[in-house]
Amino acid sequence: MKKMLSGNEAIARGAYEAGVSFASAYPGTPSTEVLETIAREYPRVYAEWSPNEKVALEVAAGASYAGVRSIAVMKHVGVNVAADPLMTLPYTLIRGGLVLVSADDPELFSSQNEQDNRHYARFAKIPMLEPATSQEAKDFMVEAIRMSEQFETPVLLRTTTRISHSMGIVELGDVADQRTPSVERHPAEWVMLPANARVRHPLIEDRIRALRDYSNTSALNRVEMADTSLGIISSGVAYQYAREAFPKASFLKLGMPYPLPDELIRDFAAKVDELWIVEELDGFMEEQIRAMGIACHGKDGLPLCGELNPDIVRQAITGEAVHSPVQHALPGRPPSMCPGCPHRGLLWALKKNKCFIAGDIGCYTLGFLPPLDAIDTTLCMGAGINHAHGMSKVFGPGKEKIAAVIGDSTFFHSGITGLANLAYNRGAAVIVILDNRTTAMTGSQNHPGTGITIRGEQTTSLDLEQLVRALGITWVRTIDPYDVKKTRKDINEAVASEGPAVIISKAPCVLLKSRTVSGRRLSVETETCTGCKACIGIGCPAIEFKDEKAYINGMCVGCGVCADLCGPGAIGGAE
Amino acid sequence: MNVLMTGVGGQGIILASDMLSEVMMRYGYDVKKSEIHGMAQRGGSVMSHVRFSEQVASPLIPLKGCDILLSFEELETARYVPYLKDDAQVIINRFRLAPPSVISGARQYPDIIPFIQERTQRIHLVDGSSIAEEMGNPRGVNIILLGTLSTLLEPDEALWIDCINTMLKEKIRPMNIEGFKKGRQVQIH
Repeated sequence: MKKMLSGNEAIARGAYEAGVSFASAYPGTPSTEVLETIAREYPRVYAEWSPNEKVALEVAAGASYAGVRSIAVMKHVGVNVAADPLMTLPYTLIRGGLVLVSADDPELFSSQNEQDNRHYARFAKIPMLEPATSQEAKDFMVEAIRMSEQFETPVLLRTTTRISHSMGIVELGDVADQRTPSVERHPAEWVMLPANARVRHPLIEDRIRALRDYSNTSALNRVEMADTSLGIISSGVAYQYAREAFPKASFLKLGMPYPLPDELIRDFAAKVDELWIVEELDGFMEEQIRAMGIACHGKDGLPLCGELNPDIVRQAITGEAVHSPVQHALPGRPPSMCPGCPHRGLLWALKKNKCFIAGDIGCYTLGFLPPLDAIDTTLCMGAGINHAHGMSKVFGPGKEKIAAVIGDSTFFHSGITGLANLAYNRGAAVIVILDNRTTAMTGSQNHPGTGITIRGEQTTSLDLEQLVRALGITWVRTIDPYDVKKTRKDINEAVASEGPAVIISKAPCVLLKSRTVSGRRLSVETETCTGCKACIGIGCPAIEFKDEKAYINGMCVGCGVCADLCGPGAIGGAE
Repeated sequence: MNVLMTGVGGQGIILASDMLSEVMMRYGYDVKKSEIHGMAQRGGSVMSHVRFSEQVASPLIPLKGCDILLSFEELETARYVPYLKDDAQVIINRFRLAPPSVISGARQYPDIIPFIQERTQRIHLVDGSSIAEEMGNPRGVNIILLGTLSTLLEPDEALWIDCINTMLKEKIRPMNIEGFKKGRQVQIH
């Protein structure tokens, strides 16, 4: 049977076909749909949103130790969070197949960097598969589980945005049985204290050599000989771009780019006149191929930054410039916080109170854009609280107004330890937890605070205020961010407390059914409007400014923040 | 054949491009589709590439490679002019959504038609949003525009309707089939 599937849906299908029993993830673009698909389509696979990627990988490893097949799924920067277990897991005995899916984001469509996670395969000394189509995304997942069990190693399945979020035709396969869990004890292989780990390390080195032999003979790596004047070694979506740009060239298409098939590469290189290594981001394969003493081109012509496409590949290899048509300077349309978003009023209030605002990862990062200009730092998940603590410590209490904002899901991901530190080390920053009851930016996933699992079952709901108090914060207040005047007073009181203070800004995401806004559109009384632009300052897409007056368009959901700020009282009432 | 769909996050472009892909797969073509989800979706500019032929390699349409541009919003049509082939067909939904710089009064909403005419004269303005409003289903603009697009493509109406029936929940099928047929009636030839 054939189906149109995205790369992520195909990975989920592959996990199902491979007999995977256990799947964990923390949502992150472009990886999120893998677990969503498993939760929706394949009920026999246990699925969970873990609070962060380290937890996701460790629980998946636990399932593998119990003998069943498991996967952990995350975006590229999520693997950084999971890097601690990842580096030692290969030392341990893998029972049930264990696959780590890393979805990288060249071009930074929705990320803070464009790191190349292929390095993690080499760093952790584990094999890596890289699909170039949805069909391969499914097939390679099945192969990755098989390889994991054959070589008793975790396997990295690496995709990029253009594989994860592109759709293609997939021929579905047979579904394997799941494995039955059993308790076994392997202390020498599972207790990684120095005496045991020292014994395990040489096994990893032997294994990666064995995997190199496997890579040389595996059907995952495919030679497509044609015109030998140009030979291209490529993998993933870059292979598709190169194929489109040079349909007549010879290709060595690598489905297993680590460990590289050295003999296959030497053989291919000897048969072609000019050799190009076409890969997105770093010269990961190229550097290894050059180290083998093989002359080739790659990053001497291809960019290190951003996505590739057929035009870029053609231009690099032929040297012919692409004549792109003139693009007119059009008004941009960056993403923005939704009309009625509870973050807007809160960020406006912090800014108005002259706070330095250390930010974090989530929808509220968009508060960086004008006219709000309300985010002063964004580094990685959970960093904002720590930035604020570090800064406020330097100044001492009462000198500067240092605040941090962090979403509820991000707080559970990696904000709790930072807040414990703030309390323990007697910091003075004001921390605002933007509790919108969901993981909004990635499309509304549940988390430990929502009381609902990935499959919609009821579960325990973490009480933020109790948690914050338990960490040692004494000044804690839950507020309604739609009441901006009260919010400003609360912020001032938090600053004046001169100790660590936490404001929980509680209002459901406006895209949730549980939202508290009326949904009724407000309007501007044109005669009363003085054109002062106070309402424009909050950057709501529902407020337009024409002929020196403000107007409210059909996107308004009636949150009322603009009405609160309107000096002349021109905004009001539902239409 | 390369079809580019453009507009603003929330206009139903992803579902429309999913349906086009499904129809073309069932018609017998190899199909690839690519778009961006996540952060770019929040009120930002959205585009979806749909490619179908005997065999498709890259999921991305190259510059000057687009045969048909189906645009859900006027300004978003102009943004993707570099993708148009000479003489590409361009279907534009008559609908304007002011971007932030226009909302704040810093910039004017541009007249985009001259920009498109630099590349092609085959421009079709469609009142998709008005038809959707009249039908009492403003969110149904995607299926109406898909109906109009379908008149430029090979598969017959029955295959499209069949795909709507398999891809949508029963409750919303009649309204979507009606919208699709209304879109097909729009004369663009």
